[in-house]
Parts: sequence; C-alpha cells; structure tokens
Amino acid sequence: MSQFLISARGLTKKFGDLTAVDGIDFNVSKGESFGLLGPNGAGKSTVMRMIGATSQRDAGDLTILGKDPENNGPQIRAHLGVVPQQDNLDMELSVTENLYIYGRYFGLPRKFVRGKIDELLTFAQLEEKRDSKVEALSGGMKRRLTIARALVSEPEILMLDEPTTGLDPQARHILWDRLFRLKEQGVTLVITTHFMDEAEQLCDRLIVMDKGRIMAEGSPASLIKDYSTKEVLEVRFGSDRNQEVADKLKSMCDRIEELPDRLLMYTDDGESLLEKIYDAGLHPKTSLVRRSSLEDVFLRLTGRTLIE
Amino acid sequence: MSISTNRQGSTLLVDVAKVQVRGALYVAEARLRIMMKWIWMIIGIAIANPVLYLISVGIGLGGLIDKSVGVGGVDGVKYLTFLAPALLAQAAIQGAMDETIYPTIQGFKWHKTFYSINSTPLSGAQISIGVFLAAFLRVIYTVLFYFGVMWAFGALQSPKAWLAVPTAIFAGISFGALMQTLAAKLENENIFFVILGRFIMMPLFLFSGTFFPLSSMPFFLQWLGWISPLWHATELGRYLTYGHVISSPVMWAHFVILATMLVGGLYFSARIFTRRLAK
Repeated sequence: MSQFLISARGLTKKFGDLTAVDGIDFNVSKGESFGLLGPNGAGKSTVMRMIGATSQRDAGDLTILGKDPENNGPQIRAHLGVVPQQDNLDMELSVTENLYIYGRYFGLPRKFVRGKIDELLTFAQLEEKRDSKVEALSGGMKRRLTIARALVSEPEILMLDEPTTGLDPQARHILWDRLFRLKEQGVTLVITTHFMDEAEQLCDRLIVMDKGRIMAEGSPASLIKDYSTKEVLEVRFGSDRNQEVADKLKSMCDRIEELPDRLLMYTDDGESLLEKIYDAGLHPKTSLVRRSSLEDVFLRLTGRTLIE
Repeated sequence: MSISTNRQGSTLLVDVAKVQVRGALYVAEARLRIMMKWIWMIIGIAIANPVLYLISVGIGLGGLIDKSVGVGGVDGVKYLTFLAPALLAQAAIQGAMDETIYPTIQGFKWHKTFYSINSTPLSGAQISIGVFLAAFLRVIYTVLFYFGVMWAFGALQSPKAWLAVPTAIFAGISFGALMQTLAAKLENENIFFVILGRFIMMPLFLFSGTFFPLSSMPFFLQWLGWISPLWHATELGRYLTYGHVISSPVMWAHFVILATMLVGGLYFSARIFTRRLAK
C-alpha cells in the first residue's frame, strides 16, 4: 500500500463527446486537507464521484485507501464520508432519524448509532432540532446535518462537494468553523469549491482545475507566490475609459488584467504604484490596494474569473 | 468539545461482509420507518377501501345480480364470493404501487436519497431489493386488513376464502416489481402519472374479469386480461376459494406469468438502479 490515501494517475472520465476529466494526476496524504478549486463545469464533482467509488473512470489509475474502486466499491465506500453538492437528506424523517438510518446503512449496531447521534448533534449545533423534520430546517442547518450524517461511521476520508454554496455569509462562517475543527483533529478532508476564500481557509494544498485539467498545484500561499504578485491595485476609471487607460498603465506594473468594470494591477507595492498613477496625471474614480488571492491565480492561469 | 472522528474508527466499525449480506434489510428498515409516518393514512385506506366497495358493489350490485339471475348465477356462486378474490388482488396491487413507484421516483429524483444510500457500502441492487421488501410487507398487511373487513361484512362465504390471500399478495408483489422497474427508468414522472391512472390502472381494474368473467367480454378485448396480473391472480384465487373451473395448463400459465413478472421485474429493477446510480 502506498503512503497516500488517494492516488490518481491519468484519471479520465468522458460523457459522450465531452471529456469531463482529462487525464489528471494527484495524491492525497493522511490528515491532509486537499482542495479542488475551479469554476462550475471544471470537472470537480466528477472527480469527487470517482473518488467516492460511485462513478467509474474511463481511463487511468485510481487507488483509494489502497484499493481500486472498479471492483472494491463497497469496501472503499465503507470508509468514506460523503457530503454531496446537493443535500439529499430524507425529508420525511426527523433530524435524529436521518442520522440513525444512515448509520444503519453502514451496518453499525443500533446502540452505537444512538450514542453517536448525541455527539453529532452537538457537533452540528442541532441539539434543539433533534426531533424536527428535516423539511423545516434552514439551508445552513441542512448542510450541517448532511456533514454530521457523513461522520456517523467515523470515516477515514471526509469528502465535501461545494460545502457552502448557496448559504448566506453567517451560515458559511459557522460551517467553516465546524470544518476547521475537523481539520484540527486530523480528519482527511477533500473539498471542492469555487470560492477562493473557502479554499484559502480550509485547504492545506489544492489543485486548480479548469475544463477537466489541472492548471496548477500547491498550497494556497505557494500558488499565490508562484502565480501572482504580493499585492494588487484595483482601479476604476469608468467602464468607457478603463481600456484606454490600461494601455498607459501597462508599463508601470508587472502585469495588468482588464475586467469589465475595473483594472487589476499586479505589483509588490500597491501604495507606491497608486502614487505613480496620480503623478502621471491620471485620477481613478476609486482605488483599492489588497493582497493577492487565489482568484488572481485563477485569473492568471485561465484568463477568466472563478465566478462568471 | 470534540468529535470522535479523530479516532477515524470506520476500519474497526464497519463490517463490509455483513453489509453485503444484510444491506437490503437496512434499506427496508428505513422504508418502514418512513411508512410509519403515514401509518394512520395507510390503515385508513386499508379499511375505507373495502368498506366502500363491499357496500356499493358487493351488497348493492351483488344483491341486484343475485336477485335477477338467482344465487349461483355468476360462475355458480354468490356474486360476493365471485368478487372477493378480485377485490383483494386489486387492493394488493394498489398497495404495491404506492410503495414502489413513489419511493423510487423520490429516491432518484425528488429527494435523491438513493444517491446518499449509494455513497455508503450499499449497492444499487441492494437498494432496489430493500424498497421491494418494504412494499412486500405493505402488500401483506393491506391484504390482511382487507380480508378482515370482508370477514366482518360476512362477504366470505366459501370456507376456503382465505386461500385468496396468498394469490392476492402474489399479484401485488408481481405488479410492484414491474412498477418499480418502470419508475426507475422514468425521467419525466408527470406524464407517467397521467398515463398510469387513466390508461393502466383504470382499464386494469375494469377489464381483468374483476366484476364479470373475462369470457363475457368480446374476444378481441380478452387479451387485456392476459397481460394483467390482476386477472391471473383473480383466476387463481377463484379456483382456490370456490373451485372455479380452469384447466391445469391454464392454471400453470397464470402462475408462471405472475412469477415471470416478479422475477423479471426484480432482475431488471436491480440492473436499472445500479446503472442509474453510476451515471
């Protein structure tokens, strides 16, 4: 058995003419928090379904927990906790019952599951909702329940597909806090997201995906260091003037990106760049100096923003 | 606060071999739990249905028939005796339908719960069998309730009337297996429900020799009976309960057709479940 919990070589998945995942390589080690970052349609969920041993690959090698999912689906799934993109809780049952039946699907003894439920409800901050029907829960609560459900069998790998998509900012932060606790406890996490702040907060290492391929790989900090500058200066001259000004500004910084509403100028010192712009007699309507993020990495790699 | 996931105990906790043997039972267990949420409605239907039929068709229409053609006018027995096996089989089919079609569409489409079950060690085939097993139980108690009401109404005049219970259950599960297969294939259920209600269930009920012997239908309509599990079960039930005359090969044909629907339904349902979940 290799030292990796998950290992993929030339992993490929096709749907008819569309190659959803195009020969990618990656490894995930024990205790690591591994992220797949990319826009919708990049192939992240397809990779997750293959790791989840529910969808079979068309080419390449894939090993999960030392086994090939092609002929060891149940053996692999026994040790995974899966949180799908869309909550698929049983709407007709209560919060507790959802946890209970899911534990039973793993063949766990009734007594063990009953004891586990209290622990999971505390973790998911759902103690007061234990007898509520799932239908009555808010989006954030449903999401936390789905995560709690995935933990009922104490899985070796917890897989989260877009864990906070569709949640309001407060619900997202509660969820991040819960996931961060799991990470601290050494649970191996595999997370897909198209939110760069989520990837930065939760992932030790990530791959940036676009159109079924891996564009870059590394820790959030190293990706930013390799593919972007320390700081970014965002300036707005009005949508009709941005392009005209961009030509004049190009020589002042390392790189410039023109977005429909603003210009992004890449530099190691945003404040002094802004001074230079004023000195050149140009007066942006608004300006903002910020640190580089994974969004900038993605823009650099693909020429597009993550959320379009 | 800590969660014992850091123990990462699934290697110790989960016995895959056990799940592979009992998986379908876990799914059935969950289905029964959901069924319990509707138990009063299910019992209500199981009682109200036969009561209404027995009063209107059995006593009302039956009294009229027995009076005009004389007792023993329909197939040599009282009309209620003739009708009983058919009504019982019809109730079984209705129960089987409710417990296969809706959970299957819900599992694949409405709530997508089958995908969550499939992310555990359970396979598509085990989910399919589990849903079927729960429907089997529903069929059994629906038929028993119905039978009890008929008994209370004095509608069971043949001493062997109880033999219609197994034939009705047979009809229910055969039809259920077919409907589960069909539901697993469905992409658009709205049209399906319109077709099912108007062009399958209604004709099935009317043209399966339920209210009159199939032989009194014009010859060119009798094939409807042959494709209907309801008719096969009704014929078997009539044979067993009051000695309705059928030749031995025809009796075997009834049995084999129902058994084929059951086994074929279960086989294809398991296959379609597996494929659809892997898509």
